[in-house]
Amino acid sequence: MQFVQIVIGGISQGFVYGLVALGFVLIYKATEAVNFAQGELMMLGAFCGLALATWAGLPYWAVLLGSVAILAAFGFATEFVLLRPVFGEPSFSAIMVTIGLGFLARGLVTMIPGFGTDSHSLDAPFKGQVIEAGGLVIGMEHVVIIGAGLLLSATLYGLFRFTRIGIAMQAVSQNQLAAWYVGIPVRRLNGLVWALSAAVAAVAGVLLAPIAFIHANMGFIGLKAFPAAVIGGFDSLPGAIAGGLILGVIEALAGFYLPEGFKDVAASVVVLVVLAVRPHGLFGQASRKRV
Amino acid sequence: MRFLYKTDYDQDIRLVRHSGYAFWYGLLLALLIALPWVVSDYLLDQAIFIGIYAIAGLGLMLVVGYTGLVSLGHAAFLGIGAYTEAILTARGWPFPLSVSAAVLAAASAGVIVGLPALRVRGIYLAIATIALGTIVEEILARWESVTGGNAGLSVSTPRGLFGFIGAAPGFYYLTLAIAISSTLVVLNLLRSPTGRAFVAVRDSETSARSLGIHVARTKTTAFALSAALTGLAGALYAHKIRFLSPDQFTVLQSVELLMLVFVGGVGSVHGAVLGAVFLIALPQMIAIAKDFLPPAIGGAAGLQSAVFGALIVGFVLFEPLGLYGRWVKIRHYLEMFPFYRRGTYRRVRVFQRTERNR
Repeated sequence: MQFVQIVIGGISQGFVYGLVALGFVLIYKATEAVNFAQGELMMLGAFCGLALATWAGLPYWAVLLGSVAILAAFGFATEFVLLRPVFGEPSFSAIMVTIGLGFLARGLVTMIPGFGTDSHSLDAPFKGQVIEAGGLVIGMEHVVIIGAGLLLSATLYGLFRFTRIGIAMQAVSQNQLAAWYVGIPVRRLNGLVWALSAAVAAVAGVLLAPIAFIHANMGFIGLKAFPAAVIGGFDSLPGAIAGGLILGVIEALAGFYLPEGFKDVAASVVVLVVLAVRPHGLFGQASRKRV
Repeated sequence: MRFLYKTDYDQDIRLVRHSGYAFWYGLLLALLIALPWVVSDYLLDQAIFIGIYAIAGLGLMLVVGYTGLVSLGHAAFLGIGAYTEAILTARGWPFPLSVSAAVLAAASAGVIVGLPALRVRGIYLAIATIALGTIVEEILARWESVTGGNAGLSVSTPRGLFGFIGAAPGFYYLTLAIAISSTLVVLNLLRSPTGRAFVAVRDSETSARSLGIHVARTKTTAFALSAALTGLAGALYAHKIRFLSPDQFTVLQSVELLMLVFVGGVGSVHGAVLGAVFLIALPQMIAIAKDFLPPAIGGAAGLQSAVFGALIVGFVLFEPLGLYGRWVKIRHYLEMFPFYRRGTYRRVRVFQRTERNR
């Protein structure tokens, strides 16, 4: 019973990783850039939600929607201002830009006195409620995160698989020049993907707010979400959620059964093993060029 | 303007291309040797740090700038070098021996990272290096019987070398000598077949393989050499900072090293040194600038992080070749005056081909 309870705790934590990892995968899948500022986008989303809740006094669900809208606009603007100028340059440039963006976001938020320097919590209507079934307990906050994770990954998977725009995004990710030739507006699509990814980050941030504190360094969870994305395969949306789950469960079990310290390195060890055994992740596409 | 008439094939790979090189670098060397008499003790300390970071930057430059592999885990090699040096010095090993051991330890760690690097590339490699960095940091924090854990580890002065490096000028000369010889090693390496193989792998793995380059072995060599240099810097760092704790070797440290390489100029040996100067000078400049800013901005905790971020973004957007790239442009302008053409260094925009099977 205890084992099952630990696994459930790991699963709900895993969905948090999965939600952040979804953002990485979206951007990587469509633009082949990696957004090292994904955790910081989540942090910005949480702070946006906090601002809306405290200063505008909005209810929780309106906060969620408002934060998503603001972050989507922010993501689009970021792509336009920062990513578009390095469009077509080696991926290293994009990595550096997003690392810089992460530093910038963290620094600027910390510079707001009394707001960015402290830890805050955000109340949700479902906070504190629990579901009990057969001796197992799960918090309502976790249920909401799990639901949101499943819903988002299914929606995004559908978007990429079945809609015109999603297939266009896939084409862009495979060959930008060829996509341009067949009339796909490559740049605009990239902006759209960034907006989507930032919106996902905002969802993660606002949903995480009731169970974790909102503070300027909460974006470091992005470092845990990287392994999640790698385990699932960096170009697979369901893989991101699955990777997050695997990671969350392994961490929870390692934290309970192994000596102290193993919980913190569990993610790193798993990612190294996965990279050594199956470099493209569990659900990723392997591609190789014949010479 | 200088015209070079090539009369010998060796001229293409000579380190001292013409008399201008000999003059200016000779002048620089003379300045560096005279430095302890010219500047205050505080500035000399900063100069030592510049030397240490320049060595680490050279190591990272080999991997990032010349082999095209992004590493976000170099703080781990720095840490391995530093801790090995500290522990062996405490056991009474003389400096030359303990430094060699530190370099070897870091290099073996580099080979271990190189192993996944054989199979993965691009972003996967960056994540593998982050993972390795996290693991090393955690080991440093948990292996308390050896590393002292989070309580830290104090480092004694280096032994051997006739006892003259305990004082500040002595250690400065030691750092200078090691930095200069590392630079020469890297320059020599880059004109050797191994170094050219690095560049070939960076530009296209497929073509490198077609030319008969063993890509996997080349990458592992690059990682090992890079880790060795960074470990060397770590050993000096241990003696300079005199107190080691695991939180000096986090991912943030790796990002700072990457920033050093990037701001200095990716793919140039000058860049590693310029980047080190920049990285050490920046916090000082921020501290000075604070006095002129209103207290609401100047006193804010996140100022340094925000400035770091803004600078990284600014360099990527406006000067992707870094400080060295800017200098090359200025020099070209002066040499060509008044015939500099605006478009000479214009960045060519191309549609990106996928890097998945480059």
